[in-house]
Amino acid sequence: MKAVTLRAPTQTRTWLLIALSVLLVVLVLFMEELKPLFEAAFPDLRSPLYDRESFLQLTLDHLLLVLVSSIISVSVGVGAGLFVTRPSGREFEPLVSSLAAIGQTFPPAAVLAIVVPLAGFGFIPTIVALTLYGLLPVVQNTIAGLGTVPATTLEAARGTGMSRTQVLLRVELPLAMRVIIAGVRVSVIINIGTATIGSTVGAQSLGTPIIAGLVGNNIAYVIQGAVLVGLLAIVTDLFFERLETRFSVGG
Amino acid sequence: MLSTQVSNGRTSPLVANRVLLTLVVAAAIGAALLSFVAMAPNRLVSGEPINLIAALRPWQWITLVLLAMLLAACALTRPLSPQGALYLTLIAAPVWLVLVLYGLGDYATRTLQEASASARVSQGAAFWILVFCPILMMLDAFQRLHTNLALRGLYTLILVAIVAALFVSGHLDGLAIMYEYANNRDQFTDEFIAHLRLVASALSPALAIGLPLGLLAHRRAGTRGALFGVLNFFQTIPSIALFALLVAPLAALSETFPLLREFGIKGIGATPAIIALVMYALLPIVRNTYAGFNGVAATTLEAARGMGMTSRQILWRVEIPLALPVILAGLRIVTVQAIGLAVVAALIGAGGLGAFIFQGLGQYAIDLVLLGAIPTIALAVVADFILQILVVLSRPPGGR
Repeated sequence: MKAVTLRAPTQTRTWLLIALSVLLVVLVLFMEELKPLFEAAFPDLRSPLYDRESFLQLTLDHLLLVLVSSIISVSVGVGAGLFVTRPSGREFEPLVSSLAAIGQTFPPAAVLAIVVPLAGFGFIPTIVALTLYGLLPVVQNTIAGLGTVPATTLEAARGTGMSRTQVLLRVELPLAMRVIIAGVRVSVIINIGTATIGSTVGAQSLGTPIIAGLVGNNIAYVIQGAVLVGLLAIVTDLFFERLETRFSVGG
Repeated sequence: MLSTQVSNGRTSPLVANRVLLTLVVAAAIGAALLSFVAMAPNRLVSGEPINLIAALRPWQWITLVLLAMLLAACALTRPLSPQGALYLTLIAAPVWLVLVLYGLGDYATRTLQEASASARVSQGAAFWILVFCPILMMLDAFQRLHTNLALRGLYTLILVAIVAALFVSGHLDGLAIMYEYANNRDQFTDEFIAHLRLVASALSPALAIGLPLGLLAHRRAGTRGALFGVLNFFQTIPSIALFALLVAPLAALSETFPLLREFGIKGIGATPAIIALVMYALLPIVRNTYAGFNGVAATTLEAARGMGMTSRQILWRVEIPLALPVILAGLRIVTVQAIGLAVVAALIGAGGLGAFIFQGLGQYAIDLVLLGAIPTIALAVVADFILQILVVLSRPPGGR
C-alpha cells in the first residue's frame, strides 16, 4: 500500500486539497442544514439525520483516536527503526524487518478484535490496536529510508569530522525523511480506516453513524458517516502527499 | 530486504546472540507477570486469571524453564558453536511451542472435569507471549543461518502438521474457542467458504481489469497521472465507508429494476463487498503490472526485435515472463489485503469469517470473536507465504 511515486502537477493537487478540506469542514459543521435534503431523498426514514451526537464531536473523537495512536506509533516506530540501524542494534534488524512485514499481513479488523479480550471494550483497546498496527509501516519505512543513504555519503560526512549524532541529524534523517513520511502516511491512512471499525468495539468515531445505520437499516446515517470519513481520509492523504514533496531533498 | 545480516557490530564477549537472549527474557517476564489462562463460570463473563505455574503440571512448567535455560545458553558465546546454537534453537523452540499448547489443552480438560458444564477456559496474555517468542526465535535462527525458502517451508509444514494434529486429536477441545467451534461447526465451514469466495470473486475481475490497465499505463505515459490518481483515491477511502457507500446506490438500483434482484444484486450482501474489494485491488495490480513491464530492459526488447519477433510474440514470450514476478508480488499484496478487507464485509451482510467477529463483539462473547479473528489471520499469513513462494519460483533462472 505504498504511495505511488508518480506525481500529478502540484498546483492542481494543492487546490484539490484546499477545496476538499473546506468541504469537509463545512459538512462537519453544517450537516444539520442538509436535513431537508436527506428528508427528500429518504422519505421513508423516520429520522433521516444522525442526531445522537453532533458530527463535530464524532469527528473530534475520530481525530483523537488517530492522533494519539499515530503519535505513539511514530515515536516508537522511528525509535525502533533508528535502533536497529545503529551498530548496537543492527543484530535485531532482520527480525524487526520481517516482523514488520509479517505483521502487516494481519488484517487490521482482526487485530482490533484480538485486542478486545486483552484490553476490553472502548477507547483504550482501539488505541492499542491502532498503535500496534500503525507501528509497522513506520518501522519498515524508517529502516528502508535510512538504508537508502549511500555509504559514500556517510563516509564523507564522517570525514568532515561530524560526530555520530551530527551525521544522524544532519545527513541521515534529512535524506531518509521522505521515505519515513511515506510510512507515516500509510500508517495514518490505515488508522483512519481502523478507527472507523473501532465503533464496533465501543470507541465512538465517525464509524458510529455508519454502524448504527447498517444495524438499523438507515441508509442516510450510513451516507453521513461514510462521506465524512472518506473525505477525512482523502484530505489527510493529500496533505501527506504535499508533505512528502516538500521533503524530497534536491528532487 | 537489506543486506545487513552480517553482525559486524560490537560483539560482546559473553553474549553471542542478543536477539535470542532478549526473547527468552521477554518470555520469562511475560510468563511471570501475566496470566496464562482465564477461567470463567460461563461464556459471557470475563475469567479469573491463573498464572503459568498454577495452570500447568509440575513436569510441564519445569520442562519449560529448562528449555528457556537451554535457549539462554544458546545465546551465549560458550559452550556451543554459533552454528550449533542455532540448530539447537531450531529444535528447542518448537518443543517449547508445542508444550505450551499441550499444557493449555491439558489444563482445560482437567479443569472442566471438575467445574460445571458452562465453565470456559480462555488463553491469557502470557500464553500468547509464550507462543510468539519461540516463533520469533525460529525466524531469527533461520535468518542467521541463511536457510533457503524450501527448507524453511518444509520445517514450517512439519511444525504446522504437529500443531494441527494437536487440534485434530481433540486434546484442545476443552478450550473455549474450540467450544465455540463445536457449537458453530457448520456455520464455520460456510463462513470460511464464503470468505474465500468473496476474495476469489473479487480477485478475478480485478486481474481482468488491472492487468490491461497496467499495460496501458506502461504503453501510454499520458494515462498514468489520472489512472494512478483515481486508483489511489479508492485505496484511501476507509473500507467500511466504501462498502457502506456502495450499499445505497445498489439498493436504489435493485428497487428500480427488480429484475436485478434475481441476479443477487441487492443493497446489502456480497455484491457491494465484491465491488469494493475490486476497487481496492486495482491499485496494487495496476502499479505492479506497470512496474513489471517497465523493468524489462530496453536492450532485451532490442534483442528480441533483432531476432525478428513480432510485437505480439515479444509481449507473450519476453515481456510477460520477465514482468511476472513483479505482477505476482502485486497479486500477493492484493490477496492478503482482500482477505483482511473481507472481514469488514460481514458488516454489510456479505458473510465470511468477519461474521463471527462482529457477532461475538455484539454478544460480548470474546471466544466467538477469536473464532473469527484467528482463522482470518492464519489465512492471510498462509496466503502470503504461498504467494511468496510463487514469486520466487516465477523469477527467471539466474536472476536479473
